[in-house]
Amino acid sequence: MEVLVILIPASLFLGLLGLGAFVWTLRKGMYDDPDGDSQRILDDRYDDKPKPVDPED
Amino acid sequence: MSLAPARFSACPACDAAPAAEALAARAPAPGARLLVSVPGVHCAGCISKIEQDLTRMDGVNSARLNLTLKRLSVDAKAGIAAQDVIARLDRLGYEAHEMDAGTISMTETEKQGRDLLMRVGVSGFAMMNIMLLSVAVWAGAEGPTRDLFHLISALIAIPTVAFAGQPFFRNAWRALRAGRMDMDGPISFAIILTLFISLYESLLSGAHAYFEAVVMLIFFLLVGRYLDFRARAVARSAAQELAALEVPRAIRLEEGRESTVDVTDLTVGDVVLVRPGGRVPVDGEVVAGQSEIDRSLLTGETLPVFSAPGHKVSAGEVNLTGPLQVRVAAAGKDSSLHRMADLVANAESARTRYTTIAERAAAAYAPTIPILSLAAFLVWYWISGGDLRLALNIAVASLIITCPCALGLAVPAVVTSASGKLFRKGLLIKDGTALERLAEVDTVIFDKTGTLTMGTPAPTNLDQHQGEASRVALALSEASSHPLAAALARALRDRGVEPAPVEGITEQAGYGVDGIWQGKRARLGRAPWVGAEARAVTAAYLAIGEETYAFTFADQLRPGAAEVVQALQAQGKAVRLISGDVPAAVRDLATRLGIADWQAEALPQEKAQAIADLHAQGHKVLMVGDGLNDTVALSAAHVSISPASALDAARAASDMVLLGRELSPVADAVRMSKTALQRIRENLWQSGIYNVIFVPIALFGFATPLWAAFVMSISSISVTLNALRLK
Repeated sequence: MEVLVILIPASLFLGLLGLGAFVWTLRKGMYDDPDGDSQRILDDRYDDKPKPVDPED
Repeated sequence: MSLAPARFSACPACDAAPAAEALAARAPAPGARLLVSVPGVHCAGCISKIEQDLTRMDGVNSARLNLTLKRLSVDAKAGIAAQDVIARLDRLGYEAHEMDAGTISMTETEKQGRDLLMRVGVSGFAMMNIMLLSVAVWAGAEGPTRDLFHLISALIAIPTVAFAGQPFFRNAWRALRAGRMDMDGPISFAIILTLFISLYESLLSGAHAYFEAVVMLIFFLLVGRYLDFRARAVARSAAQELAALEVPRAIRLEEGRESTVDVTDLTVGDVVLVRPGGRVPVDGEVVAGQSEIDRSLLTGETLPVFSAPGHKVSAGEVNLTGPLQVRVAAAGKDSSLHRMADLVANAESARTRYTTIAERAAAAYAPTIPILSLAAFLVWYWISGGDLRLALNIAVASLIITCPCALGLAVPAVVTSASGKLFRKGLLIKDGTALERLAEVDTVIFDKTGTLTMGTPAPTNLDQHQGEASRVALALSEASSHPLAAALARALRDRGVEPAPVEGITEQAGYGVDGIWQGKRARLGRAPWVGAEARAVTAAYLAIGEETYAFTFADQLRPGAAEVVQALQAQGKAVRLISGDVPAAVRDLATRLGIADWQAEALPQEKAQAIADLHAQGHKVLMVGDGLNDTVALSAAHVSISPASALDAARAASDMVLLGRELSPVADAVRMSKTALQRIRENLWQSGIYNVIFVPIALFGFATPLWAAFVMSISSISVTLNALRLK
């Protein structure tokens, strides 16, 4: 059972990591337009070069 | 909350007063974010087409289309107005409406949504982690291991509850202070009590702790809240924004000088100038000038009315062709616009507050939660001969199991699903209870002008006029902003007609346009003025020399109008047509659409009265209308719909707004509302049945944390799936 000493903090750490990722996506507004995002992937404008970075983002 | 849109105003002027101030305050902004509603977008092609085109437009920094909200946000330099963007979208083939950027309320709504979503996320992650530990306990962890797991769970659960549970605690506290009892009271009570008992049990190495159940309860309830919030926020922002602001100003003439004043500063006897295209700000009498007046918004009449000195005009009418000087007979509170606003206010107060099915369910259910668990506590305390710990444990188990997890999701899940589907079809639900009310409707009343018809005339006999006549007509009609002339010009241009080189074109306000073509006098306008014989139908007359021609017009049907009437009749609804227009025009349209029951020349009060009579007979009425003359009826009806092209007063008074030109979503909405209400009922029964089964188990003391988690997740998921079944 000594393994718990490592596994429990590890699971808590991973959980927090997931939460952190969620907070980041929320702050970046990634849930503002789910329909649009699923359609934008079909846009072939930036297939050969990345989209120029918008200074505001 | 300050976000709620003003529920009514039949008086755009009164409504716009604060808006005018806001407009003035916003004016000097160096660049602005414009918001435009584009109901027609639906695919990746639309996104790239619109965004690329607008980015190329001068003065536009960037444009981004939100497909979920069907809303385009444009970052533009000063000098670019929403109208320019709308015109550009129009050329691309997209219908667009200006939105009031009310940037403050917009960010406020967004902030609230993100705040709720954050709490959903935090409780979701906490739930998963606690569940991992709980599975180990359920699988048979014993002794110190179990206690350790319980304590770690407590360590996660307590801060989570403190953060994610705030919306419930806040509401419960507010209700408690006001002496009311709502659903959040028992929920908060259950959450806090369960948390404390579980902590106490864990410290005493007890067998059962309900940490995962508490966090799960919060998670599912928050999901329900969030759905509910989103449905309302989308509707609220979109309804607010469609407002085309009208600034309540008038041009007063003082000894020949013009000065712009607030409508409220006008007094009886003042003379105001109304330019062509402007709205008459007051009731009064024309003292100088000749023109034609569009009264369609006030009365529903399609045809413009001739106006000359001595004629009466009312506030809200639109001056079409020539400048008019109007002596004020009544302004502000006494004007006909304001009287209409009073009628709306009366109709509003007569409409009783609607109690939703969710509220009724909650009211019936809320008291049972604490009562049941208190009963469980007392009975077990007595049976066990004073075992406080056992009695408390059972009380907590029944408390957490009776907590209305699925009940919180039952209604919002269905409403979200239904309003999302209707939004995609082009109907926006402004009021959360509208869907339920719509399901009860058995009679549908339509307005004519602007609702069943587009409110714009279209030429009907262009094929009879080829060559010379059509080219001269185009040249003359392009010189006027009269609706018939504008419609004629547009139709001729669409046919590829080139204007003839007519010289010396002048507009005679109230009569028509004349000019010289190949040495002959050419006139387009009223029959007597051009020297033609008047026909029985709406027409514009053209004379070239002695030769006369008549261009006849008919009001265009709104697309989908015939289908909607048929579909509603097929659904067994009584369909009526009540219009302010003349009997001939109303009869004609009624026969074309197959509406047997029609009424013409109805005053606003009569429309509202017709609805009140139907309500008195026990009918529930859906009113579909767009004009100022409909606002009273719209607010008196059980539920109301107006097209996006309607006057903002009418839109404000109605519960749903049609976003596109199509009328067909009305029939879809009526059908969908019925299925939605049925799904809501099913969901409430479903969550009730889970309780009927599991509450006895809890009361008899057999419930374990595993049971509680199982019941909660199963009932919540089944309720959500049932909502998604909605077609």
